[in-house]
Amino acid sequence: MAAGPASHGGHPRAQKPHLSKMERMVVSMQDPDQGVKMRSQRLLITVIPHAVTGNDVMEWLIHKYCITEEEALHLGTLLVRHGYLYPLRDPCHLELRLDETPYRFQTPYFWMSTLWPAAELDYAIYLAKKNIRKRGGLFDHEKEHYDQLHRKISHTWDLVVMQAREQLWAAKQRRKGDRLVIACQEQTYWLVNRPPPGVPSVLEQGPERNSCTAGRVQMTVDFYRREVECLRKALGRARVKSSVCLEAYLKFSSQRGPHDPIMSGCLPSNPWVTDNDTYWAMNAPSAAVPTRLRVEQWAFSFRELLEDPVGRAHFMDFLRKEFSAENLSFWEACEELRHGGQAQVPALVDAVYQQFLAPGAARWVNIDSRTMERTLVGLGRPHRHVLDDAQLHIYMLMKKDSYPRFLKSDLYKDLLAEAVVPPETKRRVFPFMRKPRHSSPSPALLPASASREPSGGDGEA
Amino acid sequence: MATDGLHENETLASLKSEAESLKGKLEEERAKLHDVELHQVAERVEALGQFVMKTRRTLKGHGNKVLCMDWCKDKRRIVSSSQDGKVIVWDSFTTNKEHAVTMPCTWVMACAYAPSGCAIACGGLDNKCSVYPLTFDKNENMAAKKKSVAMHTNYLSACSFTNSDMQILTASGDGTCALWDVESGQLLQSFHGHGADVLCLDLAPSETGNTFVSGGCDKKAMVWDMRSGQCVQAFETHESDINSVRYYPSGDAFASGSDDATCRLYDLRADREVAIYSKESIIFGASSVDFSLSGRLLFAGYNDYTINVWDVLKGSRVSILFGHENRVSTLRVSPDGTAFCSGSWDHTLRAQPQALLLEVALPGLEPSDRPGPSAPVNLRGRARTTCKTTCSGIKMGPVSQKLPKPAFQSTLFK
Repeated sequence: MAAGPASHGGHPRAQKPHLSKMERMVVSMQDPDQGVKMRSQRLLITVIPHAVTGNDVMEWLIHKYCITEEEALHLGTLLVRHGYLYPLRDPCHLELRLDETPYRFQTPYFWMSTLWPAAELDYAIYLAKKNIRKRGGLFDHEKEHYDQLHRKISHTWDLVVMQAREQLWAAKQRRKGDRLVIACQEQTYWLVNRPPPGVPSVLEQGPERNSCTAGRVQMTVDFYRREVECLRKALGRARVKSSVCLEAYLKFSSQRGPHDPIMSGCLPSNPWVTDNDTYWAMNAPSAAVPTRLRVEQWAFSFRELLEDPVGRAHFMDFLRKEFSAENLSFWEACEELRHGGQAQVPALVDAVYQQFLAPGAARWVNIDSRTMERTLVGLGRPHRHVLDDAQLHIYMLMKKDSYPRFLKSDLYKDLLAEAVVPPETKRRVFPFMRKPRHSSPSPALLPASASREPSGGDGEA
Repeated sequence: MATDGLHENETLASLKSEAESLKGKLEEERAKLHDVELHQVAERVEALGQFVMKTRRTLKGHGNKVLCMDWCKDKRRIVSSSQDGKVIVWDSFTTNKEHAVTMPCTWVMACAYAPSGCAIACGGLDNKCSVYPLTFDKNENMAAKKKSVAMHTNYLSACSFTNSDMQILTASGDGTCALWDVESGQLLQSFHGHGADVLCLDLAPSETGNTFVSGGCDKKAMVWDMRSGQCVQAFETHESDINSVRYYPSGDAFASGSDDATCRLYDLRADREVAIYSKESIIFGASSVDFSLSGRLLFAGYNDYTINVWDVLKGSRVSILFGHENRVSTLRVSPDGTAFCSGSWDHTLRAQPQALLLEVALPGLEPSDRPGPSAPVNLRGRARTTCKTTCSGIKMGPVSQKLPKPAFQSTLFK
């Protein structure tokens, strides 16, 4: 080969941890004691040592990693597709066959990480060799590449042909077995680096990324100063014991389990499975009668009650009865401010002030004096976060006071009692008699009022 | 420029070493309150039964690699973007394509659906994030109404609307995240702190709705305060690029998927990594992760064309799904948790709902005699078993029996 191993200062390997892992795997597969069972493979009259069969590879993978046959086959196929294993017979297709096809481990010289990226010159030499060895032995895509390269490096074409002849001659000096092996190794290498059309290339990685060392971000004094500042703050942070945090996951999962279609299915049926979208109709954002699970979910947390338009509407009704509906309205107005357009900020701030905060306002909200003072000062230069403190205060007020009362109220209890529990739809016996799948109106079709939902509002379905 | 504004006794090197020593101290502090591991706490939780998931819809229509997708809040519509610049909006329930737009750039790596369902945002190698209002007017060209919102100095890797159609959060290969006002295109806040390309972000489901997490090529996951632009917490335990981050449904934790072939769970209150989801046989990077609705399952798409389903609490793998013919580039669970959709470099998107098949213990039968699959089934249409939905009469919920060793039945080669 004309080119030596690519000198990228470890760059390709660092960016492709899967390659080094595959290499480690392949090395351990070749371990004399613990590795895959090797045998000598007879091909016509030549005997090739150190060959393995697809089955052996798969068994070894199953045994070593405690995985299923299917996964082992998949993993083995990936090893072959990346060129770490090559078939001794018919190396045009890189796949792991489970018959008696012999495979061998690719020499590290040809590993993806070593010779990355493959050099044009080397490819030209390889194609020239193939062409010389057998006239018309090139595949269509190879012929195309050959012509392309010929045009591109026509000035050094003599060198290419010369090199090709040299290599072919040198190969003739070797034993038939070695010659065959080297030919297979080379062919596999090029199958990986110049895949035929229709075969996805394993080399593709997507747009180039830069890691720390290559530095698109300037590692200036400012950067480190910011990092030090951030770390100092982090050190002073209050932490919670792991046991407490982890217990919370258990509680959360078990509480939400029945609401998770994965874990518990969904009634009447999962639309994707039965092609019946009743489930979505029953749980639509504006459904008249909410389902039982939905009403139960309002009791999980205040946030979830507010996130559900139906829940929020019922909560508003409850607050009206308690003469504190202005709290929720104020909160909603603040949400609109925070998540609204930048241009609307001054007008919205003013409107909110007039309606909720000004002395004698129509829907005055009760905020503690300190927060009110701070807010009023901030109103001098209105920005989208100027009402955050006040909003949080009112949110906490509702959460600690009104929300628990709501959950204990008759209103909520009635909702629970009236809530619907849909009956389960039996799966159709003849699955091929499919109901036609109906389109639902797109949220985009509905009037502009739909787009004004500021927080967590579902698109009308 | 590197030596501008240095204080006395401060050099680039001294700052660097101070940062390193602070990092060490931080790890010590974090370890002090770590009194138990997640899998220990989860010992008393019942193990999950076998899962069989079947592809219910395959969306074909992209002529090239699918790079990103997002669900609409209506639980059935999807927007997806691909390498050739095409962005398509599907009704995935009917598999109809409803809108299509061709971006002027290739590698559209980010796309997002607006909360109202009336617009989509996308961007990629054009370094911009553009918002397209969705219209059904045949006379209107979608591209004509395009609004260019975000401008970065490098590729756009991720974008997400915040709680409304009016603001967009973006992450870019230039190492920054940014919050933009959609109407005016004004930059509202920028977030600096990553040392390399930022690849992903996710908004926190919190009461105050003010934080988000981002992951990047500097192996760091950082939590930001949207209002001040400051980094609130940072985690650096991955060994390679972080491709995807997603919050746990309660908002108290988030998961990350990385090129080091692991997914990790970080708890925000404990301020540390609390679980690693990895297996020796998984050597390709995880490109995208998402939780099921209850947070019990973590779905992760990998670059080895598979999707692994992890039990978040016990740390074990529940299932492995085959079916894609190239790397899985994007994966999202639907807003109501009824299905998840995966997009791949094999040009397709697959929607897979969850159907839980329980291993019912039949007396007197050996494991190999059991009906139904005892190992995850190849989904390439050659599954010999039917996928049952939940039936009344069989006890629901996870089964606490030990799973039998998979029978060696090849379902691929006949």
